[in-house]
Amino acid sequence: MDVAANVSEAPRAALPSWWARPRSGGLLLLAAVVALLPLVLANNYFYEVAILVALNATVCVGLNLLIGYAGQISLGHAGFFALGGYGSAILATHYGLPPWLSLPLACAGTALLALLIGRPTLRLKGHTLAMATLGLGVIIAIVITTEDRLTGGPDGMSVPPLVLFGWTVAGERTWYWISGAVLLATVWLAFNLIESPRGRALRALHGSEVAAQTLGIDSGRAKLQVFVLSALVAALAGALMAHYTGFITPAKASFLHSVELVIMVVFGGMASVFGAVVGAAVLTMLPQLLTVLKDYEMMVFGAVLIATMVFFPQGVVPTLARWWARRSA
Amino acid sequence: MTLLAVQGLGKAFGGVHANQDVSLAVRAGTVHSIIGPNGAGKTSLINMLSGVYRPDAGSIRLDGAELAGLPTHRFAAAGIGRTFQNLQVFFNMTALENVMTGRHLREPGSLLASLLRLPSLVRAEAACRDAAQRLLRAVGLAAWEDAAADAMPYGALKRLEIARALAAEPKLLLLDEPAAGLNATEAHDIDALIKRLAAEGTTVVLVEHNMKLVMGVSDRVTVLDRGRVLADGTPDEVSRDPQVIEAYLGAADDTAGAAHARG
Amino acid sequence: MGSAWLQFIASGLTAGAIYALVALGFSIIFNASGAINFAQGEFVMIGGMSAVTLLALGLPLLVALPLAVLASVGVALIIEKLAIEPARHAGTVTLIIITIGVALFLRGLAQLLWGKGVHRLPSFSGEQPIEWLGATLLPQSLWVMGGAALAVVALSTFYGRTLLGKAMRATSCNRIAAQLVGINTRGVLFASFGLAAGLGALGGVLIAPIAFTSYDAGIMLGLKGFAAAMLGGLGSFAGAVLGGVALGLLEGLGAGFVSSAYKDAIAFVVILLVLFLMPQGLLGGRGSERV
Repeated sequence: MDVAANVSEAPRAALPSWWARPRSGGLLLLAAVVALLPLVLANNYFYEVAILVALNATVCVGLNLLIGYAGQISLGHAGFFALGGYGSAILATHYGLPPWLSLPLACAGTALLALLIGRPTLRLKGHTLAMATLGLGVIIAIVITTEDRLTGGPDGMSVPPLVLFGWTVAGERTWYWISGAVLLATVWLAFNLIESPRGRALRALHGSEVAAQTLGIDSGRAKLQVFVLSALVAALAGALMAHYTGFITPAKASFLHSVELVIMVVFGGMASVFGAVVGAAVLTMLPQLLTVLKDYEMMVFGAVLIATMVFFPQGVVPTLARWWARRSA
Repeated sequence: MTLLAVQGLGKAFGGVHANQDVSLAVRAGTVHSIIGPNGAGKTSLINMLSGVYRPDAGSIRLDGAELAGLPTHRFAAAGIGRTFQNLQVFFNMTALENVMTGRHLREPGSLLASLLRLPSLVRAEAACRDAAQRLLRAVGLAAWEDAAADAMPYGALKRLEIARALAAEPKLLLLDEPAAGLNATEAHDIDALIKRLAAEGTTVVLVEHNMKLVMGVSDRVTVLDRGRVLADGTPDEVSRDPQVIEAYLGAADDTAGAAHARG
Repeated sequence: MGSAWLQFIASGLTAGAIYALVALGFSIIFNASGAINFAQGEFVMIGGMSAVTLLALGLPLLVALPLAVLASVGVALIIEKLAIEPARHAGTVTLIIITIGVALFLRGLAQLLWGKGVHRLPSFSGEQPIEWLGATLLPQSLWVMGGAALAVVALSTFYGRTLLGKAMRATSCNRIAAQLVGINTRGVLFASFGLAAGLGALGGVLIAPIAFTSYDAGIMLGLKGFAAAMLGGLGSFAGAVLGGVALGLLEGLGAGFVSSAYKDAIAFVVILLVLFLMPQGLLGGRGSERV
């Protein structure tokens, strides 16, 4: 018995073939880029930028799950990033733990903090949530700056190199492969999550939190899970960055850094994993390009932000994707 | 056998009493309608019955279990599903994904299995997809399966919400003005759908203004007026109740015409 | 012991007066657009820095100060026309990011014009501290508190008595209804930016003699002003003032009695507590979602 008598011909989106689906095709493309990029990286400086891009992109993919998919906001994620780095550095330097232990412990500790502070924080919405996460990030930054016996204060502290079972991880090329692998793994995990019932629950929260709850989705718990997950990813990237550069400063926890991360996600396109990667890539490389302009760097960065949001309010990747779709339609 | 027992439910917003001392009993397998003028407290009542609002007073028992005061998702877990007067469709998803989300309680999946995309999850996903497709077919939306929800017409979205609510296999389905804004043909389709649901044993609580629909499909009707229960009985009893006629229905003869014109 | 209290309260009220002015700016723009203006701190900074430059050019204080405020207002109006108005229909997240871009742009511009150094204005009525009940007050503190109080009174009169003020209040209550009665809501947004910048810049010139000003002075002031606005209830005029004063007091007392190293953190800890316990702020209304 069909009640569809008055339904006109519905637009049927063609199911994309395997290679065109973002998850498999895109992931393959990203893996290819990571594998083949060294062919064009001329010297250590380019490798350094690539590593920076990979690690920032990792944080952004995690943050994107929180902002783009679950529809929350965090203006304090740099705090988690820095806690990962500082945590590993402090445990290794002051408590003599080997880095292969200090790193996971620092990440776990940061995740635990996110779990504790997340419950009350995520009950808030919109501006209040933004303010709470902002406050959190700033408090972390201030604590790091003030507890100088542990952290070296405003000047930062040096971080011992990562030693895994006797092998010292050093050199641009090695770190490139590590950060590239971590990025690919994070993207893979993110896609798995998004295309699972959990992922739909998150997107449902963004769509209509009330409706999601009436379908049995515990919104508080779901938000907390993605918050902790994104904090964990940020901490991991932060710890890796710290061990790679050999140094860490409180600037890594600053409000400005948190804002940069959010902008990378929004710029790239919010509900888009590859958007987060592209956003991180562009906005990490932009300041590098702009150092040529030295004094004008901040101004140009600001101007680029303004122009992008005025002309690409959906973010770069979704806007481009739409142009592409319209062209091939 | 009473599936839903509501006793003395009350809700106030500041000084406004949306509901006062509302009691009703819904028998399993029946269609129970709630009618009343605008502002009578119908949606507020539905919100309390689905756990969206927390009642200030009273009790809500489903199959004997007390639900009042629990968080919203526990109402759903207890077996209550609903649609919304102002569509709360997930516009950031396709129609199929909307209904698949409705299966949440039936196929949640663990976080680890989700992250690693274990074979058990892949199988569960396939089953979820099948179930969702069947539901879309049942409400006549098979053609819209892969359409983005924000591209669908209003009438289709109303049916999508019903399919999504049914996906959780609820014991009790609350429909908040499912025919609002629909033309006569679409309203007739909803009517047929509700009748079919009732025939298949789903208990339905219906909030509606469309008198033709209500009188034709209900086993029992509760009339609300200014937050209180005005009358409660079979459609015939209620349509003949002088208090109801005075407050809401107008003259009994032009009930269908006038009310339907008012929409 | 009592004089210590008084000392901390005095310095707290001084800072609080500035936070109140910045918070008012946040609330005004929030009411007109629904967005948080992250460039608010920069308007404060421009006020202070412009005053420094104008004084250095030889202008008397009485001329330099109003001109500095006008300079900040002018910049804000230009920004509104170029960056905010084109995107006024975009979502609040987009608007917020645009204001972040504006903040970076202005900070970069300031760095270009004034370098990274720290600048200071001379106190309006001399440096001689005032002894009062055992506490030492800077005369500038009185200027700050008095100036802020006057601004609040003027603003209050503006909202209550002038047509533009009433139009702004109407827009903040219900933009569509305001448009339907013929209020030019675009104009209201324009005026809001100007007003917010003016208040911020006033704060900037008042505080510059006490706290040094530099190209990045806007960051912390902006953040704390935002915190104060949230504390009092975002969008509430009285809330902004109350929040600013309360924040300043808590900060002053906390720095004095608990820990001066963590002075900046106090503001944010307070904010977190308020948000967890009273998310609508001290004076904000409690909203309920209509489903």
